[in-house]
Amino acid sequence: MTQTPIDRLARATPPSLSRKVRGLSDRAIAWIFVAPTIFLLLAINIFPLIWTVRLSFTNYAANKPNAEVKWVGLRNYERVLTDDGIWANMTTTAHFLIWTIVFQVVIGFTLAWLINRKFKGNDLLTTLIVLPMMLSPAVVGNFWTFLYQPQIGLINYVVELITGTPASSFSMLGPGGLAPWSIVIVDTWMWTPFVMLICLAGLRSIPDYIYEAAEIDRASKWRQFWTITVPMVLPFLMLAVLFRGIENFKMFDMVALLTGGGPGNETLLTSIDLKREAFEKWRTGYSSAYAIILFVTVFGLASIYVKALNKVKER
Amino acid sequence: MKAGRLAGIAALALASASAAEAQSNELTLCWAAWDPANALVELSKDFEAQTGTKMNFEFVPWPNFADRMLNELNSGGQLCDLLIGDSQWIGGAAENGWYLKMNDFFAAEGISMDDFAPATVYAYSTWPKGTPNYFALPAMGDANGWFYRKDWFARPEIQAEFKEKYGRDLAEPKTQKELLEIAQFFQGREIDGKTVYGASIFTERGSEGITMGATGALYAWGFKYENTPGKYDMEGAVNSPAAVEALEFYKELYKTATPPGYDNAYMEQSLDAFKSGQVAMAMNWFAFFPGLYADPTTGGDKIDFFVNPAQNVAASTLGGQGISVVANTDNMDGALAYIKWFAQPDVQKKWWSMGGYSCHNAVLNDPGFKDSAPFAGDFLEAMAAVQDFWQEPAYASLLLAMQERLHNYIVADQGTAQEALDGLIADWTEVFEDEGKL
Repeated sequence: MTQTPIDRLARATPPSLSRKVRGLSDRAIAWIFVAPTIFLLLAINIFPLIWTVRLSFTNYAANKPNAEVKWVGLRNYERVLTDDGIWANMTTTAHFLIWTIVFQVVIGFTLAWLINRKFKGNDLLTTLIVLPMMLSPAVVGNFWTFLYQPQIGLINYVVELITGTPASSFSMLGPGGLAPWSIVIVDTWMWTPFVMLICLAGLRSIPDYIYEAAEIDRASKWRQFWTITVPMVLPFLMLAVLFRGIENFKMFDMVALLTGGGPGNETLLTSIDLKREAFEKWRTGYSSAYAIILFVTVFGLASIYVKALNKVKER
Repeated sequence: MKAGRLAGIAALALASASAAEAQSNELTLCWAAWDPANALVELSKDFEAQTGTKMNFEFVPWPNFADRMLNELNSGGQLCDLLIGDSQWIGGAAENGWYLKMNDFFAAEGISMDDFAPATVYAYSTWPKGTPNYFALPAMGDANGWFYRKDWFARPEIQAEFKEKYGRDLAEPKTQKELLEIAQFFQGREIDGKTVYGASIFTERGSEGITMGATGALYAWGFKYENTPGKYDMEGAVNSPAAVEALEFYKELYKTATPPGYDNAYMEQSLDAFKSGQVAMAMNWFAFFPGLYADPTTGGDKIDFFVNPAQNVAASTLGGQGISVVANTDNMDGALAYIKWFAQPDVQKKWWSMGGYSCHNAVLNDPGFKDSAPFAGDFLEAMAAVQDFWQEPAYASLLLAMQERLHNYIVADQGTAQEALDGLIADWTEVFEDEGKL
């Protein structure tokens, strides 16, 4: 009889250890395997979260370790929620979030639908399309500042070529209301391929026989699209929206490099503002309350969304 | 087997001891990454040769310098033994115990603060301000100044056109309003077949740029942070009619006389705009002037320098830094030895000759100093009238509030100058209340 590696490992186990393990229940062994992960989760995620909640009720400042820490109750929460600036930042974040998702879903799905057809150069085109998402957000932020530069930037040059508006007469990242749209454009350019890939996975998971049955029933292409393609890709699309929504809610690096939150506060996303409060102003207690409010918002919205996603999957 | 283990342990102990000794013979100096830092590396070779100490350097680009270093100090890190930190950090660094108080050391080594320019001692070394409590040795004097294309200014056709338009000769501006006129005169002008612009100024949003730029105008109009120093009574000072006028002036300068897309510019962008021949004038720190003068394209006889023009008063925005010993250094003796070496008049003279701005009277009061560089006289004039931002422990909160208010008004066109300054008082009042000072 041939020995498997597992058999060999079992024979090599010292008798003393095997006696000890033999006495353990399946449940106990399961706990032994899971315990390190749970410990890490508690240490890295749960403990800091609880600690942040505690700090949010104090006036603690991390740059003043010797200062007396006072309990301030709900004062930090009250200050965050009644701060007009923070509500303005929330609005800016919502604008960024909604429009990036809309554009990425529409363009990403369209690209996936087109790429899903068999044609020459399909693989090469797919690779080229996904290139932007392989770049670092910091790199993307930096080189788009050059693309948006009014005097030497490609974007202004193209606009001048098409519309005749002088390139130097407007600034995509400057005043005039274009900056919030400029960051949407960059994020869409970078992350649409991600949505496209997920949609492509969804499209390729639809069995051909469903379309063949529809053909036999003489369903038009339009009807096939709305009654087969869209419903079957929808769970994938919703998953992509969830990922992009969470990612963009905490967007920091790319926008910080593109605009630094400016001009004025026009592109000041909550994540950039929170970083300034926490690590530049060192208002640790206040920023903890700010972070908790954002966490609850994201967690609440994500929970509702995941329930909806599960319902769609069950259909 | 036992003997082998013992030998191993002995070898390990020996190696650790050597490593510790080597470490104690090394110093790490932290500063911003810019031209003077490179000069300091060269200068420090003398210290290495004299003492056998190996110098390491940690230079961080300006936009990240404050973030990186304040985090380092705050977390009790031991990266830096010596730190050339910004003047505004001194309050927080002193109160939080990040910097060593150097009074006893200065007294023991005969280092006198009277040997350094009073404005630099006040700004870079003392906390509370003006008291004889020293947390740094003035290391790098600096202020915000101006430079311009002397060759363009000298062209007869440009001279003639300017005189016809403004009724005076085109020359270095003596007031802020003259500066605006000259900048507007050059804005959009064709020179050598290329469109050029008036001036590159500071408009950066993220760190300190727009505050450092706009205060150049505010101070020149007579801006004060408080009515009574130390009382935090800002109403009527921060938002005085003169301050409102100065802020409106800076906005007009930005809107009518800067290159397109110049909405988030600081030191680097100002240098780029000038060196690429885009602008007739530019503001920047004196620290960059040696490099600008040496530039093969736009330096030499094509450039000249002037101090920030007065309007109601002569005033310049203070830059520059003192050198401090980080309190939790593991090489205190070495760090203090460096300070002692750096404070020597001969070393300070060499520092100036290499591109560093010494604050030592032996350098500044030397009869030949004014003629030692084309910008030396302007530097002396600027340092005689410098004003600095708040140096309070909460300076970062105060600075970020000003950045936001100024950028919103000047660049993003939101509200009026009066509203911006009124809002700034509200922000600063909240900070001082949190600090327990109001």
